Amino acid sequence: MDKTKNIFEIKDLNFYYGKFQALKNINMNIAKNKITALIGPSGCGKSTFLKTLNRMNDLEENITVNGIVKLEDTDVYKDIDAITLRKKVGMVFQQPNPFPKSIFENVVYGLRVNGIKKRSVLEETAERSLRQAAMWDEVKDRLNKSALGMSGGQQQRLCIARTLAVNPEVILMDEPTSALDPISTAKIEELCVELKEQYTVIIVTHNMQQATRISDDTAFFLLGEMIEFGETDKIFASPDDKRTENYITGRFG
Amino acid sequence: MKRKFERARAENAVMTSVLYVFGISALILLIILCGYIIIKGFISFEPEFLSFNRHGIGNQFFNTVYLVFLSLVISAPLGIAAGIYLAEYSKDNAVNRAIRICVETLSSLPSIVVGLFGSLVFIEYTHSHWNLMAGALAVSILNLPLIATTTEDAFKALPQAYKKGSMCLGATHWQTVYKVMLPACMPRIITGIILAAGRGFGEAAALLFTAGMSTDINWGQWNITSKLCPLNPFRPGETLSLYIWVLRSESINPKASEIADFSGAVLILLVLLFSVSARLLNHYLDKKSGMTK
Repeated sequence: MDKTKNIFEIKDLNFYYGKFQALKNINMNIAKNKITALIGPSGCGKSTFLKTLNRMNDLEENITVNGIVKLEDTDVYKDIDAITLRKKVGMVFQQPNPFPKSIFENVVYGLRVNGIKKRSVLEETAERSLRQAAMWDEVKDRLNKSALGMSGGQQQRLCIARTLAVNPEVILMDEPTSALDPISTAKIEELCVELKEQYTVIIVTHNMQQATRISDDTAFFLLGEMIEFGETDKIFASPDDKRTENYITGRFG
Repeated sequence: MKRKFERARAENAVMTSVLYVFGISALILLIILCGYIIIKGFISFEPEFLSFNRHGIGNQFFNTVYLVFLSLVISAPLGIAAGIYLAEYSKDNAVNRAIRICVETLSSLPSIVVGLFGSLVFIEYTHSHWNLMAGALAVSILNLPLIATTTEDAFKALPQAYKKGSMCLGATHWQTVYKVMLPACMPRIITGIILAAGRGFGEAAALLFTAGMSTDINWGQWNITSKLCPLNPFRPGETLSLYIWVLRSESINPKASEIADFSGAVLILLVLLFSVSARLLNHYLDKKSGMTK
């Protein structure tokens, strides 16, 4: 892990919802072009942590962040505005959330908000992103149909394609397959592994098999603390911390 | 245990029939009422009623449509903007709570009060005479809360996921509102606007002292600054519902009663036409925006 380049460096990160401290003193470096899984029981802060990376927490009221989150030497909370940051750090949610627009308009939305109007650019990007999301052949004949007519799995891959269209450096995924059937889940997992060639993927998951199947590194969260972080094989084979072991062997959570 | 179940079943059967009876009686009442007005209106119909002179209701019909159009041009943008503000930008503080209470109060204001207010502000203070624009402004006061509330509700009913999805792609708040949320809300907002229009068609009290009770136009006069030009918004213009009132109370026209009946029928049909087209438009927009599969 030391040899690889880090994309995120997080130092002494604390996060509060009002007076409630949701993250306690998080320190970790996330490697570039890898898949990092965040695991832990519900309410442990893993999703909150994910949202601090692209400042989606800004949308909520009454929050306090202190500490440093650096995206390749840029302080996410000081040197960059949230809008620009989110173009570099995309996000896919638990529930597929395509817009009530056509498949094509969903994919190029990120370009449109950047003021790109040229049809050829939009079309090229749509094709590239949909190919990357391994769904071009499925949808190329119905790009103008509503995205809401697709299956949940297709919708989720469309949301990934939509994120890829803006060329982010990192893709955050918040339990992206928990609402999907096993076949769609397999497709998304396969996709994640392909994506790490070009992107960094950080994925929150409740499914420990999923973490072992796809991730390179795994971080275990408990009650707002990051208990253990290391290579996935190591974490699951011989965790250093007793609490990690209890969790992955299913003793709680 | 069994007896309890029997009881629940009986209760269910009774309540179902009671609700059916209420629903069907409301429907029957509506059909009888509309049918009576429409049939009565057309029974004494004479082609002359359609004319644009003192024997017909052409001018009043035109005034009604024109006044509602003017009022929507004013109230729709303002109402939508206010609704968006309330749903998306206002913080939960004393000022905004006060605004919300004002909007609610405004929507239950008696229309005669709005009429008197309009007469004072739009006629007296501007030193003008009764005119369509003053009427349209008065109707706008009544429409504004309706459109604002519909817009606010439509925005609040949208899944948060749309907003998050858009923000995550680096869209600003306004881009999210304008490009994702507003289009998704459009069917409901349009329904609200059409309901507002329906209210405008039937409004009488608010127009009594604002739009006036006379119509003197010349269909050959197209100079907009002329008091006789139909399109001049600053001329007096009596609407259908006011005309019915005038015909029924103080008209010396020998056919007053028949014309009033016919006007009533036309008004009902107009509102009906609007409601039906609202539905169709809604359906079409839903399809276009992809809200339905």
